[in-house]
Amino acid sequence: MAGDTRLVLEARDLKKAFKDLHAVKGVSFHIAEGETYGLLGPNGAGKTTTISMVTGLLERDAGEVIVNGQEIFTTSTEPKRAIGYVPQDIAIYPDLSARENLAFFGRLYGMGGKQLQSRIDEVLEIIGLSDRADDASEEFSGGMKRRLNIGIGLLHGPRLLMLDEPTVGVDPQSRNAILESVERLSTEGMAVLYTTHYMEEAERLCDRVGIIDEGEIKAEGTRAELVSMVGQRDKVRLSATGHLEAAVEAVRAIPEVHDASTREDGMDLLVDGADRALASILQAVAAAGTSVSSVAVDEPNLEAVFLHLTGKALRD
Amino acid sequence: MAALHIALKDLKQRVRDRSAFLWGIVAPLGLAAIFSLLFGPIADFEVSFAVADLDGGNVAAAFVEQLGTLEQEGILTLEVADTAAAAEGLVEDGSVDAAFVIPIGFTASVSAGTAVEVEVIGNVDRAIGTQVARSVAAGFAGEINTVGAAACTVLTARDEPCAGSPSLGTLAAAALAEPAFTNSPATLVDSPAASKELSSETFYSAAMAILFLFLTVQFGVLGLLEERQNGTMRRLLAAPISPRSIVAGKALTSFVLGVVSMTVLVVGTTVLLGAEWGNSLGVAVMVLAGVIAAMGIMFVVAAFARTPEQASNLQAIIAFVLAMLGGTFFPIAQVGGLVAKLSLLTPHAWFLRGLGDLAAGGGVGAVFPAAFYVALFGIVTGGLAQLRIGRVLQP
Repeated sequence: MAGDTRLVLEARDLKKAFKDLHAVKGVSFHIAEGETYGLLGPNGAGKTTTISMVTGLLERDAGEVIVNGQEIFTTSTEPKRAIGYVPQDIAIYPDLSARENLAFFGRLYGMGGKQLQSRIDEVLEIIGLSDRADDASEEFSGGMKRRLNIGIGLLHGPRLLMLDEPTVGVDPQSRNAILESVERLSTEGMAVLYTTHYMEEAERLCDRVGIIDEGEIKAEGTRAELVSMVGQRDKVRLSATGHLEAAVEAVRAIPEVHDASTREDGMDLLVDGADRALASILQAVAAAGTSVSSVAVDEPNLEAVFLHLTGKALRD
Repeated sequence: MAALHIALKDLKQRVRDRSAFLWGIVAPLGLAAIFSLLFGPIADFEVSFAVADLDGGNVAAAFVEQLGTLEQEGILTLEVADTAAAAEGLVEDGSVDAAFVIPIGFTASVSAGTAVEVEVIGNVDRAIGTQVARSVAAGFAGEINTVGAAACTVLTARDEPCAGSPSLGTLAAAALAEPAFTNSPATLVDSPAASKELSSETFYSAAMAILFLFLTVQFGVLGLLEERQNGTMRRLLAAPISPRSIVAGKALTSFVLGVVSMTVLVVGTTVLLGAEWGNSLGVAVMVLAGVIAAMGIMFVVAAFARTPEQASNLQAIIAFVLAMLGGTFFPIAQVGGLVAKLSLLTPHAWFLRGLGDLAAGGGVGAVFPAAFYVALFGIVTGGLAQLRIGRVLQP
């Protein structure tokens, strides 16, 4: 995708240390128009420090950040117009209403008049707070505050939206609403940088994922590329009765099947591309006189990739 | 422009939570009213004395006559008792603040040039009245000494020995009994126009206004720390605005809160308490200087404190220490010595001094020296704070 469309963000060799702690050690990545890029890593991996440097919040020790063709520094003003930032913690004024919060930040981005008011209405619609627009935001639920937190980042129509773990502490319903919003923004052409330590969110939202740990990007690519990088195969579990040994012999003849073994109530297979090979497997098992009652396929995921790359679980 | 948006947002928040209203207007106005009521009637202060002349001589009569003169001038009320016990009874039942008992042989002792004493009986609950009585008695004793010295001079001129001369007491007693001699040739006259003394209503209005000004302005500058605590500082720093405009916005908030609260207090205390602030333009100059001073201190606090709570406590401590040292609770300059000199290091002392210049009938030009020192305080402290304020402008 990056090769087809214009790059909105280029981060090159970013480094940041806090005294003796090297929080970020040479992180590089890029995001193109309409692309959602995920930084996936556990707490303390360097995600927030990276996003803070990219946003121009934090001075970097080394490296370069280009947003929309302009280099970003902490003192930059104009290049920051292209960025919408959604901090990890809810950053709203509780004694102001949702509309007042949006209006204040809109004015800081140079918006005003009818343009601002109509954009506020649009954003309130997107985040589902139109009917509570004039209520003090301190009366909102946690999920509503999170949505307003995102709405402020969207208000000025940025080319690059940065969301720093936007679903932490959010109930499942609100989380789904947030993820749907991000998916929609991406389809509308916005470049999105999304940091998370939830593997499911990265898999669902991100076109490409950078796996970050201890301040370094360990691997980067699409989900498929990352999984293939690790070389793991799908696990297929068949619950079956009948001639299990004969069935095992039959499936071993299928090229995609790398291993097959029996167990008391069925058989386990290791397969390259279970989605393609499953029909052949079931035909071979049936031909061997075995009756299959259920099939379960475990595909390797980013959790497994992370484990493979770092030797530890994502939520450590 | 960003600073203006930030200031407008802050002011909206302050109006909503009413904190600035309470600290900036209600508290100082209320305290000024209370202090004025407590200490204001000092101009109507009266003392009442009793005197028992057990001596009956001409010198004792001269003392009683002096007290009578003071009564005629409306300075005190006087009751004459026949006996020492009667005088003491008047003190004990609260009829008078204190009583003088002139002992038998008083005039004779003065004539003989020997030691004399007037007994002062004070009411334990009326310390001020008792103190005044002691001062009156001491004043008369001073007159006796003065007259004695004059008599001695006369005797010396006559080539008569002074010490131990029987003529000395006679001359002194005669002089003390002569009203024309004991009436002071020089009289202290209070001239309000020439004095730089504020009326009690004006003093406490001004004192409470400057004290609470230092608490009111915190609602602007301390917003820097609140933005950090609330996480909104990250948003402000990520916005396309200069970080300095965030500081400017908070400063503008403090400035507006300070000026508005002081203006309301000046008008409010004038209408409600009868305070007389003097030349309007001069007052405006002093108010602006005071606001600058308060903002300077507040920036120092914001630059060094870690949390809004810590800053708020620190600011309260500084505000009250400066206020006490600056003489907003009592005229500390009268203490003298180092404390009086330290007082001049506070903007409060110069603020009150500037208003004193206005009370003396001065125009706007009269307050410039005081206003300069008040504003200088803010400029120096605020300037120093700017060296460290970048610490607050972090995500």
